[in-house]
Amino acid sequence: MTNTKKIAQAILLHPSDNILVCVAHIYEGDIITIDDQSIVATRDIEVGHKLARRALAVGDKVFRYGAPIGSMTQAAQQGEHVHMHNMQSDYIPSHTRTRQNKDRSES
Amino acid sequence: MANIQFTGYQRQDGRKGIRNVIVVAYLVECAHHVSRRIVTLANDMDVHLIGFPGCYPNQYAYDMMRAVSVHPNVGGALLISLGCESMNRDKLLKDIKATGRPAELLVIQENGGTKSTIEAGLAAIARIKSETEKTPRVPMDLSELIVGTICGGSDGTSGISANPAVGRCFDALVEANAICIFEETGELIGCETIMADRAITPELGIEIEACVAKAENYYRIMGFGSFAPGNADGGLTTLEEKSMGAYSKSGSSPISGLIKPGDIPPAGGLYLLDVVPDGEPRFGFPNISDNAEIIELIACGSHVILFTTGRGSVVGSAISPVIKVCANPETYRRLSEDMDVNAGRILEGEATLDEVGEEILQNVIDVASGKRSVSEELGHQEFILTYKSFEPIGPSCLPVRQIA
Repeated sequence: MTNTKKIAQAILLHPSDNILVCVAHIYEGDIITIDDQSIVATRDIEVGHKLARRALAVGDKVFRYGAPIGSMTQAAQQGEHVHMHNMQSDYIPSHTRTRQNKDRSES
Repeated sequence: MANIQFTGYQRQDGRKGIRNVIVVAYLVECAHHVSRRIVTLANDMDVHLIGFPGCYPNQYAYDMMRAVSVHPNVGGALLISLGCESMNRDKLLKDIKATGRPAELLVIQENGGTKSTIEAGLAAIARIKSETEKTPRVPMDLSELIVGTICGGSDGTSGISANPAVGRCFDALVEANAICIFEETGELIGCETIMADRAITPELGIEIEACVAKAENYYRIMGFGSFAPGNADGGLTTLEEKSMGAYSKSGSSPISGLIKPGDIPPAGGLYLLDVVPDGEPRFGFPNISDNAEIIELIACGSHVILFTTGRGSVVGSAISPVIKVCANPETYRRLSEDMDVNAGRILEGEATLDEVGEEILQNVIDVASGKRSVSEELGHQEFILTYKSFEPIGPSCLPVRQIA
């Protein structure tokens, strides 16, 4: 590990954000550091996806770029994947290929 | 940077182009095959196929066909009509000729059919080409350039690497007095108030908010927003999240005006293009794919298109070269043969936003100077035009024109 270049796996885009954006694939079991706290990833998270910076409750607004991008429909633990299974738009529902797949379910 | 010069094509209407394309335009789907054969057999990178498939009349389609046929990158045109469609072929031919361009019209029903029209078309291309080759070459600088931007196949990385890098490039271009256009008002839902604050007059700010509200209403009636399944696969969850990322392509310049397809901005600066039709939804989705918006950017005069992608798009366009900026480093590794710029390096700590912004600007200068972009070299010449309806822009939309 000491010889390989250390790349941050998730980045904070704005100080007031409550999610981080994954910029290098996170594998289940990886230890990720969020605000000086070490968290074990409970599942794979792909590049471009979001994870909770802190515990989020149902109804919480989700902030990215310092701007609200939707609201939580399910609670999420710190470090948990935040996507269509636990948040939705405050404007127009997102169109998806299928309603069955939980990661793609229509909100 | 204002001193950067390249060589353009002088058009008789005063505008300058960076390419000398001949368009072959089918005026109804029934003339598509004949037109496509003419373009294929001409076997010339600068002979492009464009057209409108509809038979019923549509003012927007006419205006778009006219705007792209007299685009400064276009040197001449060959129109192919079946003979009974409603597109006003004589007026279109007259409008193109009025700009000093060589143009010809072939009506299949009057030319003996498919084979005869293809042969006549190839002869016409040769005549038009001998005219377009005489176009004077003149110095051109960034203040005479119009650059449009679009994102396609967006993912969660688009808004943190490629889009803000294009924004840096836009800031530099606006600084050099170029015209920059961003669009996708349906993908700016959620950004309307921050965007309105950047308008150069309060009245323009009100117009911007109204145009995003129009887009939201339109998509609500359609049943869903401008959000494809691939966006979700790439980590985007909501339309407003996608919007915030798309919005960063606009950079940080003040917004000088709100235009509609076919309107050419009057002076250097940043402009928002409203692509959502006016009135009640009549013709389905506003833009059925990215190329529909690219053609609208070109109809507004764009010489070059900056296309950002996260999931990975391969398209180019007829008429104006497309430069592709890849946001996601994993996508870049998979699809590097289709990309001009790897903005994914930003996420891997190998480049800064400013550095990639400068690289995009250098690509714009190179392509304006005649270098083929990757999609151009690969022969991508996509073109799509469908039915729409627009009202003219109101007086508050172009404060610059009122001052001038």
